[in-house]
Amino acid sequence: MILSVVFALLFYAATILLVVGVARKIAVYARTPAPLKIPVAPAPLTRAGVVWRMTKEITVFRSLFFSNKWIWLFGWMFHVALALVLARHLRYFTEPVWGWVALIQPFGKYAAFAMIAGLAGLWARRFLVDRVRYITSLSDHLMLALLMAIALSGLGIKYLSHTDIVDIKAYMLGLMYFDWQPLPADGFVLLHFSLVITLMVVFPISKLLHAPGMFFAPTRTQVDDAREVRHTAGWTAE
Amino acid sequence: MRVRFVTPQAGLPSNNTRSYDVAKATFDTPELKPHQEVVDLPTVKPGTMHHLKTFPAKPVHNESIGYPGELVDDWQDKAVQRLGELVEGSKALRVFLDTCVKCGACTDKCHYFLGTQDPNNMPVARQDLLRSVYRRYFTFAGKHFPKLVGAKDFDKPMLDDWYNYFHQCSQCRRCSVFCPYGIDTAEISMAAREVMDSIGVGQKYCNEILGKVHKVGNNLGLPEPALVDTLEGLEEDVEEDTGVLVRFPVDQKGADVLLITPSADFFAEPHIDGLIGYGKVFHQAGISWTLSSYASEAANFSMFIGSADNLKKTAMRIREAALELGVKRIIVGECGHAWRVAYSFWNTLIGPFDFLDPKYPVPQHIVEFTYDLIQRGALELDKEANDHRRITFHDSCNVARASRMGNIPGGQFILPREVIKAAANNFFDMAPDTIHEKTFCCGGGGGLLTDDLMELRVKGAMPRMQALKQVVEENDVNTLVAICAICKTQFAKVLPYYQFDSHMITSLHEVVGDAIQLGAKE
Repeated sequence: MILSVVFALLFYAATILLVVGVARKIAVYARTPAPLKIPVAPAPLTRAGVVWRMTKEITVFRSLFFSNKWIWLFGWMFHVALALVLARHLRYFTEPVWGWVALIQPFGKYAAFAMIAGLAGLWARRFLVDRVRYITSLSDHLMLALLMAIALSGLGIKYLSHTDIVDIKAYMLGLMYFDWQPLPADGFVLLHFSLVITLMVVFPISKLLHAPGMFFAPTRTQVDDAREVRHTAGWTAE
Repeated sequence: MRVRFVTPQAGLPSNNTRSYDVAKATFDTPELKPHQEVVDLPTVKPGTMHHLKTFPAKPVHNESIGYPGELVDDWQDKAVQRLGELVEGSKALRVFLDTCVKCGACTDKCHYFLGTQDPNNMPVARQDLLRSVYRRYFTFAGKHFPKLVGAKDFDKPMLDDWYNYFHQCSQCRRCSVFCPYGIDTAEISMAAREVMDSIGVGQKYCNEILGKVHKVGNNLGLPEPALVDTLEGLEEDVEEDTGVLVRFPVDQKGADVLLITPSADFFAEPHIDGLIGYGKVFHQAGISWTLSSYASEAANFSMFIGSADNLKKTAMRIREAALELGVKRIIVGECGHAWRVAYSFWNTLIGPFDFLDPKYPVPQHIVEFTYDLIQRGALELDKEANDHRRITFHDSCNVARASRMGNIPGGQFILPREVIKAAANNFFDMAPDTIHEKTFCCGGGGGLLTDDLMELRVKGAMPRMQALKQVVEENDVNTLVAICAICKTQFAKVLPYYQFDSHMITSLHEVVGDAIQLGAKE
C-alpha cells in the first residue's frame, strides 16, 4: 500500500510540474514580442495559409521530408506511433472507454514496435553519422534511452509480466477521482511508471519543448503581408 | 571612357579597381566535380576554419555606431545581461534556443560547412555556441547540470569562438528552410553579433561601413558632389553609346519615383551597368525619378549585426528623403539584404507610408516595376541584342527566403526569370536543389564581403560554383545574372578561383538595358 501512495503522490507532483511548467513556457512564448516580420519565404499571404503550412509541418513533417529522408522516416514513424500508443492508453483513463479509443486498440499494440524501431533508427544515427555524432550531447542519448525504456517496459507489462490491466485501470481512475486503489506492484509496472513520471518532469525543462515551441516560431507562423499591414511589437512599437 | 569616382576604402570593393591575386592565396580552392549538380557530402574535420578571424573594429568604428570602443571590463556579466535582454525581446530567439532537438537535418545544408568541413559551420553547431551559453545562465538544466546538457560558461575561448564562427555565417537562412521547427540561424547569429558589439567586440567591415552611412549617407562615404559628378559622367557615357540622353537625376524634387539602390551601383562592375539599365527603363517608361544624395544607400548592414537602433536610424534617412523630395513611390534597386530590409522591415520601422501614392506597393522592387512595364507592353525589348549571352540566374538568399515580389508566394523566383526571358532568348536554370528557396548563398553575404575573409568566401561559394559548372558544361552558360550588390561583387571576385571568367556575373538590368530599344516607344 505504501507503494500505491508513493506513486500516487509522484504522479500528482509530476502532473503539476508538467502542466504548470509547459503552461508557463507557452505563456512566455506567447508574451515575448516578435518585433519584425521574419517569415521564411515563400510564405503564405493569409492566416488560413499559415494554418495550412503548420498543418503540413505537424502531420507529415513537410520540411523534414525535403531535408533528410532517413531522419524523416525514423522521426515520423516514432511520432505517429507515439501518438497511437498514447491514444491507446486513454482506455486506462476513461470509463466507459470512448468508441474511437476502442477502435484503435489493435493498431496501438503494433505501434509500440514501430515506436521502438523509430527510436532505434534515430539513436543509430547519433553513432553512425559523423555530423550527428558531433552535435550529440549526453542529454540527447539520455532522452532516447528514457523513451526507449518506457516503450520496452510497456511491452514488458504486456508480454512478460502479464499484469492484470483491470487493476492498472482501477489504479489510474482512482488517481483521477481521488479514490486511491492498490497498485499492482509488478516490476515492469513500477519501472514503466517511474520512467513516465521522469519524462513528465523533464518535459518542460528539456528539448521536448519543441512540441509547444514550434507553434511559436515566427519564421513559420507569420503571414507574409509586411507591405500591406504595418506590424509593430516590442521595440518596434516603442 | 567613363569618369568614375573611386574610393580606396570602398565598402564594396570593385573588381576593376582592385586586382585579385589567386596566387597569393594561402588556402586550397575546393575542387569541382565534372557533370554534377550538387556537391558531395563532406566528412567532419574539426577546426579547419578555427584560425579565420575577421578584422576587429577599431574603437572609432564601434563608437561611431553607439557601442563601447573596446572590450569593457566586466564583459562577461555585460554579455550575459545583453543576451538576456535580447531573449526577452525576441520571440524568435527565445523559441529557437529552446526547440532544437539536434536531429541533424540542417547539418549538411550550410554552404560554409560544405565548403570547409568545419563542424562549427553546421547550423546546429553554430547555434550551439550561443545556445550552450544561454543554457548555462538562463535554464534550470544548464544552471544545475551543465555537463549533461552541454551548457558552457561565456569565457574568453568561447568569446573567440563566437567571434570567429558567427562571422562565418552569411545569415542566408538556407538551414531554416530545412529545419522541422523553422529555426533560423540568422536570428541567432545576429543576436551573437549584437551581444559582442555591446561589450566592445565589433567587426571592422560592418561597423566602419555603418559609420559612413550615418555620416555621409552611403556605405562608400561618397559625398553629394562626387555622386552628382559620377551620374553626370554616366549620362555622357550612355549618350555616347546610344545617342539618346538618358537622365540620372539626383535630388530632383517632385519626381514620381525615389530610387533607393545600393551605392555599389554608382561605381562597381557589373553593378553600374545595372544602374544604366534602370535609367533606360525609367526613360522608356517616361516616368520621372530621382536618386537622393541624403539617402544614397539601399544597404543596411545594421541587420547583419542585429542592431535595432542602427537598423531604424539607417532606414529613417529614406523616409526623410522621400518626404523632402515629395515623391509618390519608392523603388528599390538590385540588392538582396536591402530588399529584405525594405520589403519586410520598412513598413514597421519607418512607416506608415500614407504620404505616398496608395496605388503602388511600398516599397516596390525594380524587378516588379520592370515586370509590370513589360506586362503592359510599355517596353520595347529586342531579345536578339542578348543572343551572345547564355544566361542562368542566381537567386540571392535574402530575396529568395526573406521577401517577395509580386502578389503570389514565390513571385520572387518568377518575376526575375520572366524579365530575363522577356529580354533574352537563352535562359537555363541551375539544378533544382540549388535555386528558389533552396538557393545557395554566393558566400559573401551577411557582412562577410571583406578581403580578410577571402578563404571563407571562396570555400563557401563552392556549392554555387558546382551548380554553375553543371550548366556551363551542359548548356554552355556564359552569363550569371544576379540581383544583389553583394552577390555581384562576391562572384566577380571568386569566379576566377574556380576557373570561370569573372565577367560572367551580370546585373539583371544590364540584360534588360541592352535589350531596350531606346526611342522606339517615344
